[in-house]
Amino acid sequence: MELEIKVNGEQWALNVAPADVLLDVLREQVGTKSPKIGCERGDCGSCTVLMDGRTVRSCLVLAVEAEGHQIVTVEGISYQGLSELQDLFLRINAFQCGFCAPGIVLSATELLEHNPNPTRHDVQEALAGNLCRCTGYEPIIEAVLGAGQPKVGLDRPATGPAEGDRP
Amino acid sequence: MTTTFPFEAGAKDEELRTVGTDAVRIDGLDKISGAAEFVDDIDFGPGLLHAAIVESPHAYARILSIDTAAAEQAKGVVRVVTGKDFPYKFGMYMEDRYIFAQDHVRFVGEQVAGVIARTHREAVQAVKLVKVVYEVLDPILDPKRAFEADAGLIHPDLGDYTHVPWFFPKAGTNIAHWRKIRKGDTEKALAEADYVLEDTYTVPRYAHCAIEPHVTVSKLDHADRLTVWTASQSPHTQRHLFAEALAPLGFTHKDVRVITPYIGGGFGGKAGVSMEILGAAMATLVKGRPVKLRWTREQEFYNTYQRQGVVAELKVGVMNDGTITAVEHKLFWDAGAYVEYGANVVNAAGLSATGPYRVPNITNDSLCMYTNLPPGGPYRGFGYSEFHFGLESHMDRIAEAIGMDPVDFRRKNAIVEGDELSYGGHMNPSGLIEAINKVADAIEWGVEEDSDNPNTVMGKGVALFWKAPAMPPNASSASFLKFNEDGSLNITVSGMELGQGYLTVMAQIASEVLTVPVEKIRVETPDTDRNPYEWQTVASHVTWSSGLAVEKAAIEARGKIFDVIHQVYGYEDDSLYLESERVKCKTDPSFEKPLSDFVIDGIQTGDGTWRGGPIIASGKFMPEFTNALSDPETGQGGHPNVHYTVGATGVVIEIDKDTGRIWVRKAALAVDAGKAINPDLVKGQIVGGLVQGLATVLYEDMRFDEGGKMLNPNFTDYKIPTAFDIPDEVVPIIVEVPQPDGPFGARGVGEHTMIAAAPVIANAVYNALGIRIKSMPVTQEKIAMTYLEKSRS
Ligand code: FES
Ligand code: FES
Repeated sequence: MELEIKVNGEQWALNVAPADVLLDVLREQVGTKSPKIGCERGDCGSCTVLMDGRTVRSCLVLAVEAEGHQIVTVEGISYQGLSELQDLFLRINAFQCGFCAPGIVLSATELLEHNPNPTRHDVQEALAGNLCRCTGYEPIIEAVLGAGQPKVGLDRPATGPAEGDRP
Repeated sequence: MTTTFPFEAGAKDEELRTVGTDAVRIDGLDKISGAAEFVDDIDFGPGLLHAAIVESPHAYARILSIDTAAAEQAKGVVRVVTGKDFPYKFGMYMEDRYIFAQDHVRFVGEQVAGVIARTHREAVQAVKLVKVVYEVLDPILDPKRAFEADAGLIHPDLGDYTHVPWFFPKAGTNIAHWRKIRKGDTEKALAEADYVLEDTYTVPRYAHCAIEPHVTVSKLDHADRLTVWTASQSPHTQRHLFAEALAPLGFTHKDVRVITPYIGGGFGGKAGVSMEILGAAMATLVKGRPVKLRWTREQEFYNTYQRQGVVAELKVGVMNDGTITAVEHKLFWDAGAYVEYGANVVNAAGLSATGPYRVPNITNDSLCMYTNLPPGGPYRGFGYSEFHFGLESHMDRIAEAIGMDPVDFRRKNAIVEGDELSYGGHMNPSGLIEAINKVADAIEWGVEEDSDNPNTVMGKGVALFWKAPAMPPNASSASFLKFNEDGSLNITVSGMELGQGYLTVMAQIASEVLTVPVEKIRVETPDTDRNPYEWQTVASHVTWSSGLAVEKAAIEARGKIFDVIHQVYGYEDDSLYLESERVKCKTDPSFEKPLSDFVIDGIQTGDGTWRGGPIIASGKFMPEFTNALSDPETGQGGHPNVHYTVGATGVVIEIDKDTGRIWVRKAALAVDAGKAINPDLVKGQIVGGLVQGLATVLYEDMRFDEGGKMLNPNFTDYKIPTAFDIPDEVVPIIVEVPQPDGPFGARGVGEHTMIAAAPVIANAVYNALGIRIKSMPVTQEKIAMTYLEKSRS
């Protein structure tokens, strides 16, 4: 089946099988490896991507369902330099093995987009679908709360670079 | 015998530049930007093949026949393999496993055959076409049952298995290893004690749940070189075991190469060799094609090492003044179908089953029992998390029985430097008392807290922990170091960055010696062809052991730098020092030479010739003061452990009396890091390990049916913590009593932070409700039911 999607601002025309999930198509056909395979049943959140600015678990989305939609992965947020949130994650050593990081960066990015001043509870809720086995979440929550402060803020939309913005 | 170390342990803090600072992780940018490459992310091109495994549905059975004909005909299938293709044994400490099952299967999930196909989907489909006929046998699922004289034998040939000399298997039984400690006269001391408490505690199996599943890609090229890319904590040990197991195929160590990029969590689950050997073996039959084998989340639960379950029978004697006089600890480990790694967990626990206390009379029996459950193995805490549950619960109960405050009781008996250990050695310097005091302060021990909610009650608990690295006495670490033209550094080591911050800490150690900033140091993940040897990244030993190897390499490089300066300018080596990436001279303040001027190209002399050249160095460390020789009947005489790391944990909890629900309001954990090379990373280990430990007592619960099949191999039914399931507040406390032989005084802390999490909750539940739960996990349901019974009676 033909599939047209935009991944990190770039248009792709792909050939997929009806049963293919978005996660596999992104990793194997587009070569975007930051969404990870952790459970393939919607439990862990390591495959999280933004679809039109909203987080989805790409292991549960059929590739064909993404037709015409805009997908952003953490590569799409990073390519012009780190966001304020990423920079804070980096500076406070928020992650350990980093396997969960691409998904958590996106979930937190979505949260801050809609709620620039989240409470601890808001952050916990936004991250509840992203499992992290290493950190005990504490430094991750701390970074998201820090990024929510007005002085830091986000200088880039969660949906990634605008059209034609890509080098 | 004393060992001298040329290192800078005990350097005063004000003299340190980088060590002791919260350096930003050198792998941080890779991980936060999506650049970090894990095994599954590496591209292997269109030639990549995919493997899937035919697994036993029975816990114990004889294989009567395997018919692979239909699978071989299936679309996309390239090759089907069975045990006939690889009749080879392997094992780290004991060779009790075959690559693929031969005539028997001994746990549900054991690999019987493998399919290699063009796509993952085709491989999985073809697996269903392999027909295996079994004669089902009665499984043994309980370690106490396995111990009984009339139990059937799971490994009738146990007596013939090759094993390390410090294991003592008993042929004709299911006892794969029996670690005994006999010190003093326990029987007499128990008879003379003022008070003796005896009870049994049970701890079930647990799963590591690293978020990255096990994955391996193997390729035998047309020049007969086998390369294995693998998510592993143990690249050199894997290479060694692959080379040994596959030696009949003509491989030598130089033909086998293991490459380990970043791994997505390990916790012991990716130590040694488990599924990786399947991929490596299968690849040898499809020359020229890379073969990928990736576990599903389900397989991740039932087909990698699990943390072993244990039944702990504990008897402790004390005097009225609170002095512990005797400990008798019998540990029956549910070690599973193959114990090639798990038996060493049993061994480590047996050596240390008194906990961090001064005990003159000790009888420990740590029994490694074969059962028909998945192979047990290492998990963060390596046996200590398991036995501390009963031990630290017991200590609270004894204190109460003799009318002593549990914290005072622990302070009184806490082991201190020079105290005799169970095997006859002596305790290293430690800050256990300081840790106890700081934790007690942090949770305001002794101050009762009331809840505003009439349905809930508050409780407090304290528990101590200790752990020594469990390693063979000759486990070594090595490092290579080289300068680049701009004075930056590349260091290679073969410890793994599991997330603990190892690469950063190695960079900090080199930076401290050479004054090159951490940002100018790259430390690479292992490739066994290029990086020097490391035993494994386990045992919380790499900061210590690999850190010493890096420190030695840096000191060697510094010496070479001074030699060049001496040759050209004549300054004596001992008048030279490094500061801000320059060589300076104490006797000539006007002299300074930036490293970037000469560390590759050398220095030109008056006659136009050059001196020096690329500065390269190496370092290695082996704990030459240890040995594993001891009397099998008493455990006395050897020096098996290099040192212990100790600490204390305390919690404040709130419990709903009706539902049993627990909220951890505050948790404090103090660990003696010797010297925190990077305090921020140590705090990361404290918080992460504590939450992982709390999960074993509050949420996680592995269930098997009567046939030995795991019932909940997924994250819906085996619940690990989400961002909601963490304490409201965690107070990480770093104690620093230097380890004399550690790099800058450091010792390991990675596993320790998990060890006391379970008993501290059990103790706090007792403190709140007066009920004692003696089996893990301490679930809501158990609390509610036990409390209901108590209120009724
Ligand atoms: S892989 Fe998609 S939620 Fe786990
Ligand atoms: S940092 Fe390892 S899973 Fe989150």
